[in-house]
Amino acid sequence: MSDPINAIRIWLQGLLLSWGLSDGVVAVILAVIGVVALSTFVLVMDILLVWVERKVVARFQDRLGPNRVGPFGLIQPIADVIKLLLKEDIIPRGADKFVYNLAPILALATVLLLWAVLPLAPTIFGTDLSVGVLYIVAVGAISTLGIIMAGWSSNNKYALLGAFRTVAQLVSYEVPMVIAMLVPVILARSMGLNDIVQSQSIWFIVMAPVAALIVLITSIAELGRAPFDLIEAESEIVAGFHIEYTGMKFGLFYAGELLHALTVGAIVSTLFLGGWRGPGAETYPILGVFYFMVKAFFLYWVIMWIKYSLPRIRIDHMLNFNWKFLTPLSLIVLVITAVLDKLLPRSNMWIYAIGMLIANLLIIWVTLQILRSRARRERQRVAQPGPIATPELSMAVLPSSNPRQQTTPPSNPA
Amino acid sequence: MHNEWIFIAVFLLLAPIFPALALVIPRLLAPKKPNPLKSQTYECGVETVGETWVQFRVQYYIFALVFLVFDVETVFLYPWAAAFDQLPLFAVLEGVLFIMILVAGLIYAWRKGVLEWQ
Repeated sequence: MSDPINAIRIWLQGLLLSWGLSDGVVAVILAVIGVVALSTFVLVMDILLVWVERKVVARFQDRLGPNRVGPFGLIQPIADVIKLLLKEDIIPRGADKFVYNLAPILALATVLLLWAVLPLAPTIFGTDLSVGVLYIVAVGAISTLGIIMAGWSSNNKYALLGAFRTVAQLVSYEVPMVIAMLVPVILARSMGLNDIVQSQSIWFIVMAPVAALIVLITSIAELGRAPFDLIEAESEIVAGFHIEYTGMKFGLFYAGELLHALTVGAIVSTLFLGGWRGPGAETYPILGVFYFMVKAFFLYWVIMWIKYSLPRIRIDHMLNFNWKFLTPLSLIVLVITAVLDKLLPRSNMWIYAIGMLIANLLIIWVTLQILRSRARRERQRVAQPGPIATPELSMAVLPSSNPRQQTTPPSNPA
Repeated sequence: MHNEWIFIAVFLLLAPIFPALALVIPRLLAPKKPNPLKSQTYECGVETVGETWVQFRVQYYIFALVFLVFDVETVFLYPWAAAFDQLPLFAVLEGVLFIMILVAGLIYAWRKGVLEWQ
């Protein structure tokens, strides 16, 4: 009984077949049971995430966090859910009701759908699609649609601004993410996520650290989390796309965002951190689920760490960072990985991995050099003061307003 | 083979039901007392002026266009990457050539100033 979940599945299949049901019907019934079980697992995890998020934020900000309801405040998210369920649902005047109601459903449903292909353990997964990575990219893009729908249908200018920013941001960061996700596909020779995990006898983060970083950064941008939370920037556009949402509808967006963050952790750990791999995971799949969740939660914690450490970046910087840095970098990494893969021997995985690692370190070094020289040039440009106003005019109107006309104290040569 | 897609189809049908349920329950439990002030557009207390669906910067549209070009082209690279074992070096270099066309597109967009946010 090393694999109870699969044993139950096979027993159930035999039972249903013995009732004289046809193969197709049995497959559908098993799929329904599987979907309900998987969704329940994920949604319970989601409720736990609310507590984890609040507790960790509190620690980052030197507070205690929820600690009144239940031991360590563990029952707090349940209390939150009950509160949200009892809140009045306000639909703003002029809102497009159908789209307005559909948006929060999409926001959570798409994240749930992502879990269909993630392998929790060697034998425990929703389904093992042969096009798993492509499925993740495709379904992940629908959540963008949910945000755009929410912003557009709310009949609110702030919400609409949030939706516009979504177009610019989420859509832009999709490009380097899709390109960087090609790297593990090349290394594993397969788009199936289970195949990718299976071929990670050496974790892909060793062979492709740059691609892993790019996928992580772009995924954070896809989440719309700080430092990329321009779509819901509180200080500029109040709450962006979900400004008009109240009660459980807001709750769905919130739950969707938290779950998406964990899902991102799960995806990155599947692609680069060896998924369920760990000692004893092959014989005891439950252990595999444990390793997988540990890795996913570790990455989730990293995402939280980034969120609560960095300030929001400006929209032009955000776009420049994507189009002028991440996109070219991901293309270069892809080309180098592809060519090097053919030049290095696949028979000896260690030589192969070390070759890839050296290539990646070289890419990082060259990138840092280029960035350093550009930053130096930028600093020099800023250090040389340009003309602030036409000298004659400012002297005529306000002689003291031109700082270069003032006598600088000798103690401050700058 | 078809079993995998049955799972996805069932999931596609069932996944919206969980959040939809969460929206139906408040209908039964929550109070419903609408009034014109409550359902007003929220703008921090100020009454909203004019149309909501305003004209937007063409820049957003251009970024969406650039995205479309890149995303559609990278999707073609996925089969290339998945079939890497069967490819000789020549085919790999052809793929690299394809990527170079992408890079040329990026440089073109860059030089055209499409990527500048004004």
